[in-house]
Amino acid sequence: MNWFRDFLLPRGASTLVGETDGLFLFITLLTVFFFFFNGALILYAVKRWRRRSEKEVTPHITHDTRLELVWSLIPLVVVMLIFFWGFRGYVKAWVAPNESMEIIVTGKKWVWEFEYPDGTRTLNDLHVPVNQPVKLVLTAEDVIHSFYIPEFRLKRDAIPGRYTELWFTATKPGIYQVFCAEYCGKGHSDMLARIFVDTPEQYETFLREGDEQVRKMPLKELGRLVWENKGCATCHSLDGTRGQGPSWKGIWGHKQRGADGKEYQVDADYIRQSILAPQAVVVEGYQPIMPTYQGLLREREILGVIEFIKDLQ
Amino acid sequence: MSEGVLHAGAGHAVQHADYLEEPRGLWSWLTTVDHKRIGLMYMWSVLFFFLVGGIFALLIRLELLTPRQTVMDAETYNRVFTLHGAIMTFLVIIPAIPAALGNFALPLLIGARDVAFPRLNLASLYIYWTGAAMAVATLALGGVDTGWTFYTPYSTTTGGGVSLMVLAAFVLGFSSIFTGVNFIATIHKLRAPGMGWFEMPLFAWGMYATAIIQILATPVLGITLLLIVMERVLGVGIFDPQLGGDPVLFQHFFWFYSHPAVYIMILPAMAVISEVIPTFSKKTIFGYKAIAFSSVAIALLGFLVWAHHMFVAGMSLFAGAIFSFLTFFIAVPSAIKVFNWIATMWRGSIALEAPMLHAISFLLIFTIGGLTGLFLAALSTDVHLHDTYFVVAHFHYVMAGSNLIALLAGMHYWWPKMFGRMYNRRLAAIASAIIFVGFNLTFLPQFVLGSRGMPRRYFNYLPQFQDLHVVSTVGSWVLAAGLFLTAAYLLASFRQPKGMPANPWGGRTLEWETPSPPTTHNFEGQPVLQHGPYDYRPEPAPVGVKEMAH
Repeated sequence: MNWFRDFLLPRGASTLVGETDGLFLFITLLTVFFFFFNGALILYAVKRWRRRSEKEVTPHITHDTRLELVWSLIPLVVVMLIFFWGFRGYVKAWVAPNESMEIIVTGKKWVWEFEYPDGTRTLNDLHVPVNQPVKLVLTAEDVIHSFYIPEFRLKRDAIPGRYTELWFTATKPGIYQVFCAEYCGKGHSDMLARIFVDTPEQYETFLREGDEQVRKMPLKELGRLVWENKGCATCHSLDGTRGQGPSWKGIWGHKQRGADGKEYQVDADYIRQSILAPQAVVVEGYQPIMPTYQGLLREREILGVIEFIKDLQ
Repeated sequence: MSEGVLHAGAGHAVQHADYLEEPRGLWSWLTTVDHKRIGLMYMWSVLFFFLVGGIFALLIRLELLTPRQTVMDAETYNRVFTLHGAIMTFLVIIPAIPAALGNFALPLLIGARDVAFPRLNLASLYIYWTGAAMAVATLALGGVDTGWTFYTPYSTTTGGGVSLMVLAAFVLGFSSIFTGVNFIATIHKLRAPGMGWFEMPLFAWGMYATAIIQILATPVLGITLLLIVMERVLGVGIFDPQLGGDPVLFQHFFWFYSHPAVYIMILPAMAVISEVIPTFSKKTIFGYKAIAFSSVAIALLGFLVWAHHMFVAGMSLFAGAIFSFLTFFIAVPSAIKVFNWIATMWRGSIALEAPMLHAISFLLIFTIGGLTGLFLAALSTDVHLHDTYFVVAHFHYVMAGSNLIALLAGMHYWWPKMFGRMYNRRLAAIASAIIFVGFNLTFLPQFVLGSRGMPRRYFNYLPQFQDLHVVSTVGSWVLAAGLFLTAAYLLASFRQPKGMPANPWGGRTLEWETPSPPTTHNFEGQPVLQHGPYDYRPEPAPVGVKEMAH
């Protein structure tokens, strides 16, 4: 059975997985069984009673109350079982333990922002300690998004103007994919985040000094990583293609015309300002839609972006 | 064999031309009140939009051949899947069987000359065309990128022709309501003498159940869609939290219609299957009352389950539990029907003509479609599968697979009655097999994509999902090949002479008692029912005594 589960479902990495997967496999087997059962009955009927002559006479059977009761009551019992099984798992996933660590998650076009209990904020990368119940309080800034972690079998909508909750205890250290599951426009399929399930020591280091990998990475590479993971890629291309925002290709050292008609030299200060106060200068022909990254990027990450753009000639 | 009908005006002195020939001219078609002609015009319109929606579907599948951009950019892709969904839902699946086949067949099946309100019937067709034109006109306004579900606040804040598309759906709703009103009145008032409620063909029960939903649920959608327009145009804050509204309220309103609408799509399909299986099994339907009542049960239960689309949208635990619980009850009448159809085939005399082959495809596809609904009705598994390709696969099995394959079954079944001509039956059998294989090849992999975590409405996807997407895309080509083959031999049938007998399949319902194609007034005189709709016993009942089929 394990190969079958591993074929259909991603590896499980939270305490809720067992319950959900058990029910999933049960209904899968039920579906497969009834498909072949019905298929076999039909095939048998077609083979056995294929019309051989137009004069054939068939028995006049209008109904059979006992048989009909059987095939009404058996499905009824089975679906009630499935209901209770599904309900049990849902309740378990509903009530977060009291000792849960709380993280605020905000979805906006097209990034996920996380705020930790100590005030640390990150974009698209969520670090959590292993074996520690974590409660996510979800909301959204613009439209509805949905926070989906397949490996935890969890999903909850992030809705503007209200708070929804989701909790989990991750059971295995590693990196897990998060998708936005509620359609939210152009960048919907790029609204990806990752959950880093850390050992307690890794998590402490993360809170103190930021991501280890990021700390040691050369600036240029770090810049590319920021572009990929922090939502830049959704609007800014690297190959000159026009997106929601200007492409980064070849802008370094050149002048950009702002919506105010003035020309601006693209240098380190210009890029820094565009990241932290994007509405200050909006390039002509683009909408002023970029959110500020104030407080969301570390100083080193901003330097990384500058080095990265410098290199995109 | 018995003549099931007494022709009151038994003399055949005056030979009328069939309804296709008389009166002649385009104008006579555009102003006709004949239910058969209106049904045909609906059918051609629906088939046209099926082609359009199908081309969009092929474009979607082509784009998804590779994980990144293949043939179009993200914004185009979003518009394409929105149009695919909106066209297929509002212009194809909802009207396909009731308005096209139902209009043609229902009055014939119950021995009526026409529907109760023929002019209203024509009006519904013009409203449909108006709504369709509005939907197409949104392309000129830059298209719509909301998805066919128009979720707020995305739909109230995005650009493009959302207001026009929403108004198009509003207008189309009236066409659906008109058809529903007409069918309910027709079934109540115009049944042939001697046809009690339980002597009606099951197709009529299916249409009746559908009409109940059309009349009760569609107005809610209409109001909801108008609220969207009010918010977009007048800035009244109903759904957008920025204006003090509640986006989840929209989902409640929307699904209060759109979940019953799923049964507007499946009940007529079941209605067709209930006609085809007895005819080609030459055997009375098994469990007539069970099938009839389960149609009505599905129609009524369908109103109580809408919020099962919102288990992860922040509903209370209690509400979630109630809606999940009620949803499971739909499974029971659905299971009853499937077993009844299989039991009808048991000990029958089964002819594997094209309509029957499609009906068998329907049984298998509906089995998968129905059972995979259990994953989504159950709370814990739905949390994982909601808004993934699993849902896409599930509703395509029910809405596309079951509904459209039933449409094909019905078209092949009544084609000789509609046009007096027969298609190439060998090609039809081959095409039904290609369609079955192509359909499953397209959508079966999507279940696995979804359970592995691939969300729906994704332009880019992670490379790990590509293999299954490729299988699915290849499947879409096989499916398209089957459908184009079908179109080809159906059109080629018009080169055959009109020579079909009244009853080419040996059916026992009333439409087979009148010539193929029928005359304008369907029957000569008033047919009087003398045996049940599925009575295949060799000895005719004595004249004047009606026999029940059960």
